[in-house]
Amino acid sequence: MKQKKLFEVYQNNSVKISVRREWCKSCGICIEFCPKDVLVPDDQGKPIPENIDACIKCGLCELRCPDFAITVGGVEEKDE
Amino acid sequence: MKTIIDNYIRKEMFPNIWCPGCGNGIVLGAIIRAIDELKWDKNEIVAVSGIGCSSRITGYVDFCTMNTTHGRALPFATGIKMAKPDLKVIVVMGDGDCSAIGGNHFIHAARRNIDLTAIIINNMIYGMTGGQYSPLTPTGKFGSTAPYGNIDQTFDLAELATAAGASYVARGTVYNARQSSSLIKKALDKKGFSVVEIISDCPISYGKMNKMKSPVDMLKWIKDITVSKKVWEALSEEEKEGKLVTGEFVNIDRMDYSEKYKGIIKKAQEMGGNKQ
Repeated sequence: MKQKKLFEVYQNNSVKISVRREWCKSCGICIEFCPKDVLVPDDQGKPIPENIDACIKCGLCELRCPDFAITVGGVEEKDE
Repeated sequence: MKTIIDNYIRKEMFPNIWCPGCGNGIVLGAIIRAIDELKWDKNEIVAVSGIGCSSRITGYVDFCTMNTTHGRALPFATGIKMAKPDLKVIVVMGDGDCSAIGGNHFIHAARRNIDLTAIIINNMIYGMTGGQYSPLTPTGKFGSTAPYGNIDQTFDLAELATAAGASYVARGTVYNARQSSSLIKKALDKKGFSVVEIISDCPISYGKMNKMKSPVDMLKWIKDITVSKKVWEALSEEEKEGKLVTGEFVNIDRMDYSEKYKGIIKKAQEMGGNKQ
């Protein structure tokens, strides 16, 4: 189990998912409507991308997040 | 990781004040993504809002912003547009703000075809004040002032705007956030009065009273009650009952109010102030 921080980045070879835990309100929209069931809730109901390898970078979680708390990107994108 | 959203918001104001799962945040995201695609300069955009949960949007975006009185966002926006026609004015309203308190302003802004973009976040209830029914609460649904079900007929905002003469009319939902964003983009780019109604969720005030306690339930419900234009046309009258059609309804070119006003200024100057 990863240690919880305010801003968490999960990544594999091609996908990078960032969760801004401070802004997340545990509404569960990203988890429920993920077409590939990538996300699972933690004990606070905030998303953890357990099945990150299944992610197809459709970005629906990001589009539907009311709190701008989740971001999906490719690993090739540079951090600013 | 920096996102497009981060470039357009006042980060110090976050996390936002809205309830968990509130559609206002999804609409805010859709608006920002649309503006980013248009590559507009932040300093040229004015966001105007009235009163209500949705009107908090102007506090979160890093444009020129104005939070005005209940229902009067459109008159204030009209003033801005008349004084500085080059500014891009976006008006964000809730369903009560737009159709009840500001109903008259809405139809007359559409009639005059003022070059504004009105984005109406329709959560079908007065969420901030505790769940009173609004002119857009569906018949038979419950509110704190309709404990036995709402008997009123609802407005169809899209048809209302069309009849009043708006240049662009569309409807999206928070469930189809990507479609909503592209509809908003087209509306922003349109000269003349453009209206985008976004069907949104209010899990706390609306959902609680209508057996949809979680934001997820509400989004699923929104998905169920909305159909695309193509599907809608194939439905029978009975099947259309209780459903809302989404998509683009009007996209016409009409001379906007600023142009007409410029014309009348020119005419008056040519006549040297002499009437007739």
